[in-house]
Amino acid sequence: MKQYLSPLALSLKPSGIRKFFDLAATMEDVISLGVGEPDFATPWVMREAAIYSLEQGQTMYTSNAGLIELRRELAKYLAKHQGLNYNPEKEILITVGASEAIDLAMRALINPGDGVLIPDPSFVAYAGCATLAGAEVHYVPTRAEHDFRLQVEDLQLAYTPNCKILVLSYPNNPTGAIMTREDLLPIARFASEHDLIVLSDEIYSDLTYAGNHTPFATLPYMNNRTLHVSGFSKAYAMTGWRVGYVAGHEDFIQTMTRIHQYTIMCAPIMAQVAALEGLRSGESAKREMIMEYDRRRRLMVNGFREMGLNCFEPLGAFYVFPEISVTGLSSDEFAEELLKEERVAVVPGTAFGPGGEGHIRCSYAYSTEQLLEALNRMNRFVKKRL
Amino acid sequence: MLSAEDRRLLYVLSQDCRLTVEQLSIQTGLSCDYIEKKIQQWEKDKVIVKYSVLINHEKLEDDRVTALIDVKVLPQRGQGYDKIAQRFQKFPEIKSVYLMSGDFDLCLVVEGKNMHDIAQFVSDKLSPLDVIETTSTRFILRRYKDFGIEFHGEEERPQRLMITP
Repeated sequence: MKQYLSPLALSLKPSGIRKFFDLAATMEDVISLGVGEPDFATPWVMREAAIYSLEQGQTMYTSNAGLIELRRELAKYLAKHQGLNYNPEKEILITVGASEAIDLAMRALINPGDGVLIPDPSFVAYAGCATLAGAEVHYVPTRAEHDFRLQVEDLQLAYTPNCKILVLSYPNNPTGAIMTREDLLPIARFASEHDLIVLSDEIYSDLTYAGNHTPFATLPYMNNRTLHVSGFSKAYAMTGWRVGYVAGHEDFIQTMTRIHQYTIMCAPIMAQVAALEGLRSGESAKREMIMEYDRRRRLMVNGFREMGLNCFEPLGAFYVFPEISVTGLSSDEFAEELLKEERVAVVPGTAFGPGGEGHIRCSYAYSTEQLLEALNRMNRFVKKRL
Repeated sequence: MLSAEDRRLLYVLSQDCRLTVEQLSIQTGLSCDYIEKKIQQWEKDKVIVKYSVLINHEKLEDDRVTALIDVKVLPQRGQGYDKIAQRFQKFPEIKSVYLMSGDFDLCLVVEGKNMHDIAQFVSDKLSPLDVIETTSTRFILRRYKDFGIEFHGEEERPQRLMITP
């Protein structure tokens, strides 16, 4: 039946993660470090708020842009914690996870043939959404020697005059890299000079372990040029609720809201209610989770370095991205053999773009006992190959 | 004000006080030397009071009963509550002593083998004290949560997929 399918849809590559998922699912006693979501359940205050709202019969549609209370609280939160100022009536849209926001941004901005610059490696959805919107994807390599921070020279090399959007995603999945204000300033200048719209996915911004996160939109003259995308999945442990948001210039947000209105209508109300509660009273639960991640992060980096692998210190998100090429294996081979031999599931770096070759992504959203056992098994595996 | 480093150290220590200095160093990013000195200082200043273990006695079928005893006292001239509280805290049966707001003045947490044990303690030791006006004893029937740890109810096991982007 393939002849009926659109060539565009057919051109989407299957996710590199799928293969390992299928393989791992058939095995027992697997420790998986392959998960891109917190091991914590959503803090109880937020779950409780959602349960209460259901008891009260809050089961209807909300306005397309999302509950106004949530948008107002979010605007307050962004102003207080991130120095971002958005009008909750016109400049914020609540979406079904940050993923929807990425899709909407591409659809609202892309004309067929426009270029989208995407740091490589990075989260799998950017290239997919860009392709579906008819864009041409330009990967911008990032490298271990720069701690996977985007360099303006690499941006310059990947740029062609048809480029319209630059995707930024820091703290980064899968590398755990962050970008400081100093790192971002030359990127901002480049965006101005080349008239690029910056789609900045900052969903891991609360999970920054050194210094304060710099939102891209706070850089000089970047406010109108930036679509600030984030959500509640990571910092509030709300992945399954699917609630994210995008904030930016009114013209962008209003057009994105129109697309959202036809395709989604609104984000689920109970998820919005839980998110609202998170903003109002989830701060201490969030801080405690961050303390725990920080501790595990150090444990993991130390573990990989002791094995004899190069592992740069990730300062954000909940991933480490050690280099495994010294074992003589490719990322794919490493992940597959490790799974078969030691029953540890990790994700090959190449699942996040060609630049991930030579690396594996390990999530530390697991208990310390599991992490120590996984490190133990991986140590055995690596030692045999060094 | 506690520094971010010290807050981190206290957090890791409170999660597992059996970690060695080397393990603490890995998990906090602080030097062994700093950690050793800091812990010594905290022990000396009684910031760290004790390294304890949280036991679920129910699992051991080890009989014990806990009571909350609210006490109304007659404060002594010039001595206030502190002197009386200090007298209470000498009894080994009394595990905690709190000064309270409300109808009663002090709240005592008393442990014994059984109800009889505690009743005897109240009638023989506590009530005869001249400073006590009245007491009200309530027994704890079941401990659901203590020190932030849930003892009963289903453990939450969030089901995650094995691999997600």
